[in-house]
Amino acid sequence: MSHGSHSSGHAGGHGVGHIVPVGLQFGILMLLLVLTYITVAARWIDLGPLNIWIAMLIATIKAAFVVLYFMHLRYDRPFNSIIFIGSLLFVALFVCLALADTVTNKPRMWTGLAPAVAETQKHSDP
Amino acid sequence: MQMADAAHPISHAAVPHGDAHGHGHHPNLEHHFDSLTQQFDAGKLGMWLFLATEVLLFGGLFCAYAIFRRNHPEVFMYAHQYLDTTWGAINTVVLLVSSFTMAWAVTASQRGQRNLTSLLLALTFLGGVGFMVIKAIEYQHKFHDGLMWGTHYDPSKHGHGHGEGHGAAAHGAAAAAGHAAAGDGRGGAAESHAAGAAASAGAAGDHGASAAHPEATTSVHAPETPGQGASAAAADADVPPERAPLEPSQVALAPSGPAGLHVGGHDLHGPRPDNVHWFFGVYFTMTGLHGLHVLAGMAVIGWLFVRSVRGDFSADYFTPVDLGGLYWHLVDLIWIFLFPLLYLIH
Repeated sequence: MSHGSHSSGHAGGHGVGHIVPVGLQFGILMLLLVLTYITVAARWIDLGPLNIWIAMLIATIKAAFVVLYFMHLRYDRPFNSIIFIGSLLFVALFVCLALADTVTNKPRMWTGLAPAVAETQKHSDP
Repeated sequence: MQMADAAHPISHAAVPHGDAHGHGHHPNLEHHFDSLTQQFDAGKLGMWLFLATEVLLFGGLFCAYAIFRRNHPEVFMYAHQYLDTTWGAINTVVLLVSSFTMAWAVTASQRGQRNLTSLLLALTFLGGVGFMVIKAIEYQHKFHDGLMWGTHYDPSKHGHGHGEGHGAAAHGAAAAAGHAAAGDGRGGAAESHAAGAAASAGAAGDHGASAAHPEATTSVHAPETPGQGASAAAADADVPPERAPLEPSQVALAPSGPAGLHVGGHDLHGPRPDNVHWFFGVYFTMTGLHGLHVLAGMAVIGWLFVRSVRGDFSADYFTPVDLGGLYWHLVDLIWIFLFPLLYLIH
């Protein structure tokens, strides 16, 4: 029923949504695969505590490409971006505040209540 | 319902259509929207709001992960070695490729390429099948090996063929060194101290039962979970007093041993810390919820496939494909973070 007279006559300019070319999307896929390889390979380089941040940075770059091109957010209404980025900011707030407590209060935890914490603390803060 | 609307154009006569093309009421335009564009935008807005709630849902789990890992890095360092990075990487590729086919399906449906859309939706669905099959293999492996949450954690479950510490003597100089350091021929101790044998060969040589931390006593009374690190074994085995208590700073936490144990197909480095089961609790919760999302996404894509074959979509009306695609990409997005957090711990 959708193949009526009206559907095919407005090539490109109809205005419902933005068409992302397949070639561009394929390029994005290749980029994502390369980044996946890099993040797996980066595991073998010992950068200490930096490793997790590098892994997260690569994951964030990958996620950005998925969101911008696969999910069309780059071409979408800005309000959708506000919603999505807003949710990410609130997750960041949530994690950071919760972690802030964990990080700052760790040295003052009672010995015996969270043994592994105290132990790790001594180990990592010589 | 859409057909019914189209059959009664009179009811829309008063509605000013934003559609600039002059034709009558579009069969896919619900009567409460002015134009297809407005309808499309409203659908997208709703979908993005839903995706925001999904982000917040997983955000809670990521927060839990962050706190667990910050408080007990040694648990994550140790336990992630049980995960097979190869399977995880393959699954990442599977999801990325299926994300691409989904994005392509949206493009195809926007261009009114009905057959191509159907084909790409089918491929995307197969990507979901592939992901879940691999996940099932991984889960089954863990169930078999007793690598589970809470009290179900029992890595000794998988028998002597894979027994913890079974191959200690046979594997590498580090294992041998640790073996000697913790005291040879100590009978039962030899069974479980192997977990700590590779606690970096040098350290093990110096400190013997290197993981003898104070709370070892808590695990001594849990014989059903042998090998709570070298500590339990050492405490069990009447370690000479000069060897038992150690400065915490001497505890080898980093899994940096030059060689490790080979346990049930896993190369394990370092002593086993307490409460390893928490890693698997986090692992199964996060991957489990993600897996449910994959299944839900597959259901949506299956439904889209049926509709696409039926010919519901056109260049004017592809919103369901677009929105289903958004959901599928979000599932991919979450896995992009889960993979390094669970499989690539360094």
